[in-house]
Amino acid sequence: MSAAEGSAPPLLDARGLVKHYPVRGGFFSRQSAVVRAVDGVSFRVRRGETFSLVGESGCGKSTLGRVLVRLEDPTDGVLRFGGIDTAKFSGRELFRYRSKIQMIFQDPYSSLNPRMTIGEVIREPLEIHRIGRRRQQEERVEQLLREVGLSPDMMERYPHEFSGGQRQRIGIARALALDPELIVADEPLSALDVSVQAQVINLMVHLQREHHFTYVFISHDLMVVEYLSDRIAIMYLGKIVETGTREDIFERPAHPYTRALIASSPVPDPAQRGEVQPIKGEIPSPINPPAGCAFHPRCLFAIDDCRKAVPPLEPAGRESSPEHLAACIRKHEI
Amino acid sequence: MPLLEVNNLRTVFHTEGGTVRAVDGVSFAVEPGKVLGIVGESGCGKSVTALSIMRLVPDPPGRIVGGEVFWKGTGLLKLPPKKMPSIRGREIAMIFQDPMTSLNPVFTIWKHLQEVLWKRFRLKGEPAKKRAMQALSEAGIPDPESRLAAYPHELSGGMKQRIMIALALLCEPDLLIADEPTTALDVTIQKQILYLMREMQERTGMAIVLITHNLGVVAETCDDVVVMYAGKVAEQSTVHDLFARPRHPYTHGLLRSLPHKGLTREKALPMIEGTVPSLVAPPPGCRFTPRCFRAEERCTREEPQLLANAAGRKAACHFPLDEEKQT
Repeated sequence: MSAAEGSAPPLLDARGLVKHYPVRGGFFSRQSAVVRAVDGVSFRVRRGETFSLVGESGCGKSTLGRVLVRLEDPTDGVLRFGGIDTAKFSGRELFRYRSKIQMIFQDPYSSLNPRMTIGEVIREPLEIHRIGRRRQQEERVEQLLREVGLSPDMMERYPHEFSGGQRQRIGIARALALDPELIVADEPLSALDVSVQAQVINLMVHLQREHHFTYVFISHDLMVVEYLSDRIAIMYLGKIVETGTREDIFERPAHPYTRALIASSPVPDPAQRGEVQPIKGEIPSPINPPAGCAFHPRCLFAIDDCRKAVPPLEPAGRESSPEHLAACIRKHEI
Repeated sequence: MPLLEVNNLRTVFHTEGGTVRAVDGVSFAVEPGKVLGIVGESGCGKSVTALSIMRLVPDPPGRIVGGEVFWKGTGLLKLPPKKMPSIRGREIAMIFQDPMTSLNPVFTIWKHLQEVLWKRFRLKGEPAKKRAMQALSEAGIPDPESRLAAYPHELSGGMKQRIMIALALLCEPDLLIADEPTTALDVTIQKQILYLMREMQERTGMAIVLITHNLGVVAETCDDVVVMYAGKVAEQSTVHDLFARPRHPYTHGLLRSLPHKGLTREKALPMIEGTVPSLVAPPPGCRFTPRCFRAEERCTREEPQLLANAAGRKAACHFPLDEEKQT
């Protein structure tokens, strides 16, 4: 963290962010439990970098993404954007905040309104935020389409006329329309075919180079995360269990869960086929997480102390960068 | 003799937009005890190939219009429909991507197993229960007794896929066709399921056809690989040769476009331009021509045959990568 503090203030600064959802029991019962989707996470995102949130289903990465763009209100915590706390924003303040942050969604089939032409889809944010006159807006749409590798004469067509890859390009063009400072991309590649994924990855990198915006990239695909990220946070059951630079996470993973994730992700090279035993067990319920470290029931290195207290995020090791933190009490022994 | 031989299989779907030639002359063979991967992108015909082998293509709109499937030498496509149940589920079992839709939501797990045990082995009562519990524990399901009483919705995705594997293997099939069995699962669970399948394969000696879009899964699990593109086989080879020295430009392009260990965004990913063609009106000649970096005029007019090189590796390409291009 010290390295980050020395330079310019971070674009995003999240402190103890929490998002809980109440669950109702039966018909007549009141709130009986809470889903701890995001359970106290703190991190900083620097201007112009790609910060990735990684984890398996139910780890809270998508909920966290939706809290960042304020599609969800945080239950607790502080979320500073450019130094100002946005967690309690509402009304006009929230409206203005939303023009600076945009989101790209996973499913290019359900995230575009099927009754709007793609010209209308991309122009809509400009209209809502009243930027320019109609003619200027249309010129901007043409320019955006060219930027994402589509032809401006496609403007009058409807989403169903496009392939998955093209639709994701349209979603990206719409996200770019307001010239945002931050783009939250939630699994933007997982619905795409392998041969199209590389096209969209290259486009995302190219656009960031041109416009210098910041990405928060949400993914379960470690290969893509290693390729795209500057810094990474690994999440498990609503908490960040490890965070650091790309090299920290991939060269010197400190948390047993990070190591298990890396060992589980299939490598497209039969020469590296190993006889690595998979880790046991399944992801526990976020309604009733295990006591202490939530990973301990699946962890090969768990000892009694792991069940007693939630381990704090602490510096991971001497070899690492100062911002490499891991939440494991045995990180220095294993 | 191969266990399963697919010969020039053709399956079409009649749609409002025209006739989709989903599988258009596909041939391959599965040897006993081997794991064959069929890999390709969406719409390449890999799942329809599997459904055609099992004769489960919904007709209408689908129809098998040509070719033959030999199971231990017997032609399956000409078999009277009555005879299929003696092979399907018994000798050839199948599991699917989404285990939720393959299990009946109003039946307990026990009901599912009970039906098979009675129909196939005439087992009931205590012996049936014992056999069911054994099947579940072989599939790595903890506490099998309480799982028997559970309904499908009470189980996680990984657990349901384990149940499907237990059910599929109950009849001790000679071949298991697994269609994207881990696509809906998290990576740590995917690893467990692939490990389980491999373990079961080694124990029983059955063969597996693993259908997937994930080249990493292929590399970690399969012995041999068939690469499909736009309804046709592009390339077939052993897994090691395929990843080390792909012959078809499509395979080559796919492998290069994957991010891999140590690669960062400072270097652009090599990519295959364009998209998969329509199967209603596919391009003439080789269907990969519009996206191929090696294409010549000949490729636009003449369809390449699936031919083996000296080492026995098959590719459907006029200019495979292991041959000097002569123009």
